[in-house]
Amino acid sequence: MAEYSFFSLLKNAWNGNRDWKPAWSKAEPKTDYDVIIVGGGGHGLATAYYLAKEHGITNVAVLEKGWLGSGNIGRNTTIVRSNYLLPESIRFYDFSVKLWEELAHDLNYNVMFSQRGILNLAHSPAQADDYIRRGNAMLHGGGDAEWLTPGEIAKKVPGVDLSKSARFPVVGGLLQPRAGTARHDAVAWGYARGADRRGVDIVENCEVTGFLREGDRVVGVKSTRGEIRAKKIAVAVAGSTGRVMKLAGIDALPIESHVLQAFVTESLKPFVDTVVTFGGGHLYMSQSDKGSLVFGGDLDGYNSYAQRGNLPVVEEVMSEMVALFPGLARVRLLRSWGGVMDMSMDGSPIITTGPLPGMYLNSGWCYGGFKATPASGWTFAWTIAKDAPHAINAPFTLERFHRGALIDEKGQGATPKLH
Amino acid sequence: MLITCPYCGPRDLAEFSYQGDANRPRPDQHDTDQARWNAYVYDRSNPAGPHREYWQHAGGCRKHLLIVRSTLTHAIESVAFAGAQGATPRPARRSPKSRTKTGPAKGKKP
Repeated sequence: MAEYSFFSLLKNAWNGNRDWKPAWSKAEPKTDYDVIIVGGGGHGLATAYYLAKEHGITNVAVLEKGWLGSGNIGRNTTIVRSNYLLPESIRFYDFSVKLWEELAHDLNYNVMFSQRGILNLAHSPAQADDYIRRGNAMLHGGGDAEWLTPGEIAKKVPGVDLSKSARFPVVGGLLQPRAGTARHDAVAWGYARGADRRGVDIVENCEVTGFLREGDRVVGVKSTRGEIRAKKIAVAVAGSTGRVMKLAGIDALPIESHVLQAFVTESLKPFVDTVVTFGGGHLYMSQSDKGSLVFGGDLDGYNSYAQRGNLPVVEEVMSEMVALFPGLARVRLLRSWGGVMDMSMDGSPIITTGPLPGMYLNSGWCYGGFKATPASGWTFAWTIAKDAPHAINAPFTLERFHRGALIDEKGQGATPKLH
Repeated sequence: MLITCPYCGPRDLAEFSYQGDANRPRPDQHDTDQARWNAYVYDRSNPAGPHREYWQHAGGCRKHLLIVRSTLTHAIESVAFAGAQGATPRPARRSPKSRTKTGPAKGKKP
């Protein structure tokens, strides 16, 4: 019987809910593992899960400096999509959406993946052409895309200002119907439980403070809970990539850490049943099951590890929201927060062996890491287990920057502000 | 975040635009070494702590500034004019008045 099912619910209700096991146990670190994963965020936990499930490698420790779900996996705007232009990105993110579609069954954990679609609004004929081109690329790549006229948008999202007098009049929108949102904490908890039940040690409050080296090779980590050795050390620490890699002596990477803010309003009645993005500036918004509008915009724009942003971006995001949805002008904002993003120089991630022998690196997620969680974990686990990348993540190397083989969706040159 | 422009005084962050990491020495333009140019274009030290970076007071005097700011707390250690002198601050002008006489801000003269 599956651990979570209608019958287990009945049985435990009958027993007064005394027999539930914690979703993951608080493991004490051993001194030796086959694989250590530094970083117990979504990607680290997914990597541990797929290492155990797909490759039978269960002598694994996931080291998390805080508690599970305390990083970006619990701080994002929960959007899942694969509306990309370049073949490498389409293949990777579409694979991710396919894993998302089966994730709740696979994990036996309700991640509340809701395929409510994502609608990118276009505000000029040039932007419409660009979006339609991207939609065609998605269709060529085996994905799904539809072009909506303003009339169709009015039916789908009644709150949008579609008037000719809007500051940025809407000329159409690119819809990816299979995109959507998911419950972000459940993703962390579901992967954690899945990995834990297969024998992975999930060690919380264990910060890596250094790496153990034998010559060039990385053979373990120093941590706040002692030295831990392993044959393979995988690093999946998102915004902390710079900090952690410095501990291994890697002083420069094609990554900058930036702060991105997100916002939640008070709860409203059902208002929007898809994810809407504003092409006149940068805004993405959806409505959570609790009724609050969850939205965000651009990076603050300066290097930061602070997990909090400044007011100019708050003002900009709010003004874009009101430009697009004038009816929301009097809705009150409940919370805002910031997360640290590992912004790569071409806007695409890095999932690779190296850069040191015995080490594996997963980073550069910009602000699209959440949607990639399953594919990132799956391909990273493959890369660790086989010491070589899978075809899906083979283009996402670290050397691509120095070979000129960038995966730059916008084709606008090296900058850490892409996504 | 407030930035104290050496020319204009303390101003809101919204007036400034970020110009990025100031730790990367640009190779000489006649340098043909691929590795040095690659490192200049792509690689960043991305420190958690004091960070030398360029800003421009785009909504003010338009001066380019070299700022040392903590990426952990956003606290600003120092602000100086950016330029050939590097971190050496240039003497600030006495009064903005002498500048605005001929500056485009008044817009009276072509």
